[in-house]
Amino acid sequence: MKDYILKRLLLMIPTLFGITLITFLVIQLAPGSPVESRMSVDQGIKSDQVTKQIVEQTKKLYGLDKPVHQRYFIWLRQIATLDFGNSYKDHRPVIDKIAERLPITLVLNMLSIFLVYLIAIPIGAWSAVRQRSFPERATTFVLFLLYSIPSFWMAVVLIYFFGGGGALDIFPIYGVHSRGYEELPFFERTLDFLWHLVLPVFCLTYASLASLSRYQKGSLLEVLREDYIRTARAKGLAPNRVLFKHALRNSLIPIVTIIASILPAMIGGSVIIETIFSIPGIGRLGFESVLSRDYPVIMAVATISAFLTLIGILISDITYAIVDPRIGFERKS
Amino acid sequence: MKQDSSVGYWDGVWIEFKKDSLAYVSFFFIILLVVTAAFESFLAGNKPIVLVAEGKYYFPVIVDYPEFRGENLRATYLDDPDSFAVFPPVKYSPTESDFFSVLAAPDGNHFLGTDDRGRDVLSRMIHGARISLSIGVVAVGIALVIGIILGAMAGYYGGWIDFVISRLIEVMITFPVFFLILTILAFTEPSIYNIMIVIGLTGWTGVARLLRGEFLKLRRTDYVEAAWALGSGDRRIILKHMLPNALAPVLVSATFGVAGAILVESSLSFLGFGVTPPEPSWGEIISQSQKYVDFAWWLVLFPGLAIFATVTALNLIGEGFRNAIDPKLKER
Repeated sequence: MKDYILKRLLLMIPTLFGITLITFLVIQLAPGSPVESRMSVDQGIKSDQVTKQIVEQTKKLYGLDKPVHQRYFIWLRQIATLDFGNSYKDHRPVIDKIAERLPITLVLNMLSIFLVYLIAIPIGAWSAVRQRSFPERATTFVLFLLYSIPSFWMAVVLIYFFGGGGALDIFPIYGVHSRGYEELPFFERTLDFLWHLVLPVFCLTYASLASLSRYQKGSLLEVLREDYIRTARAKGLAPNRVLFKHALRNSLIPIVTIIASILPAMIGGSVIIETIFSIPGIGRLGFESVLSRDYPVIMAVATISAFLTLIGILISDITYAIVDPRIGFERKS
Repeated sequence: MKQDSSVGYWDGVWIEFKKDSLAYVSFFFIILLVVTAAFESFLAGNKPIVLVAEGKYYFPVIVDYPEFRGENLRATYLDDPDSFAVFPPVKYSPTESDFFSVLAAPDGNHFLGTDDRGRDVLSRMIHGARISLSIGVVAVGIALVIGIILGAMAGYYGGWIDFVISRLIEVMITFPVFFLILTILAFTEPSIYNIMIVIGLTGWTGVARLLRGEFLKLRRTDYVEAAWALGSGDRRIILKHMLPNALAPVLVSATFGVAGAILVESSLSFLGFGVTPPEPSWGEIISQSQKYVDFAWWLVLFPGLAIFATVTALNLIGEGFRNAIDPKLKER
């Protein structure tokens, strides 16, 4: 077990390296240097001589006078100490901005993942037991249809129907707090917060239900074919006991790893959803930084969310290895 | 009736596929959509398909006549008793503005209403179909090429090549791909080709992983060992023996891939990072609805349905196709 975890941690190093390299290279794609685009924002147009001087100074300030590969390693050394530089927009340290915005995105995604598991696992298990019955087929089909609805469209429609646009005005559609929420007592403040999250969390959740419930169904069907299930039935255990005590528990094991495939999609999804619902999370920060060409922030958002996803995958893999000792490190040979 | 005892592999897949009626219907829906996209100018536009004026035949949709340039042919010939003209069923071009009917609800004139510049929504949707479909198909084509090459190499050679490619796959999986696409598109010239390339460059991991797995399995089959023993080169074994046997699941995932790429494109266009205006796209039409207090439901409903129907149909086809190549899966 220790060996497995150690190996996984060592394998993270080249992956992290790749993540930072891609982020860095993408920023190099940017037209014009960051300095010039910043100049045009900050200074307006001055005489050429002065501008040139300022450009040179700023380049030196940001280390842009050095060749690309050197800059990459300088940047790498900086982010190793979690120093992502200052935002071009408001000159605040990027890491502070991220730290401000990250919690709400984590809350959104955790809530959503929790709901996906909470809803999809019973549906999947039920589909396996009631396989090929009419209600089962109908449910699977509905989930399948939900999977094909673009989340931004769902958001627009929900805002219209439940957000005061047309029929009903039930849910708030802007931000995560009502005005004057600071004065509310703790319980009501939490309620207000959760109330704001209903629509965004729904938009992040519904599309993942289909795949997870399908995995759960497949996994349970596989377990039900195992010898020990036949043994349990043969020795006369009640069918419910076989199902819940023997089969269901074992079928949950591989489901742990599915989180690895949901996580990256969710972070991408929060860019759209946070932007539509004006939620000050890391997704919206990323979107705003792309619009304003705030390079340090873009790089930080990309690296940090990739890093968090990597950790999420690592945790799910290790959990899998712990709960199922059959899993070796190299499954292929 | 003669029972054909030796049906080819793909014939067999097709026979299985046809048994799934939903997938079969979806297949024809997509064909219809492809035809719509291919003949968009014959279905929606402000030029007549055939025009007979002063004894001469014109085909303004196909041929660019210098004498008609800059002329509004619809205004001149639609109700002109002296000439004969056949117009497309939707008589508006996707880019022409009619400032007298801005944000008009659907009526007999504009079947699906107009957007904020008085452009006909149905016409924009028909032309948008071409853009959405071609982005989906080309992007997945790019992803397939990269995924097949990398996946085949990783699965066939193993060792350090596999190690490097697997790390690369891991990097791409952990990356917030949508954000990456957004960033690259913000930095490059806005064009439909860049969207195709970027979605393709970021979408190959699924295919690569799949093919790598297939190749690891196939490497140990007897016929591959036999080819080895006969002294076939790597290229011959990969291209002639292994790839054809691993292709079916790859094509299944490509079908899902097209659906995914269309979703990504519509999201990008919705956020304003998609096609360059005034080019139409389904996502872009929906984004027009966001700017107004009065909810223009036709700007949301119809393009939304188009995206939803297309994506659902493609997913159903992928599903039916997957069951057809491996009927065992149906048990699940």
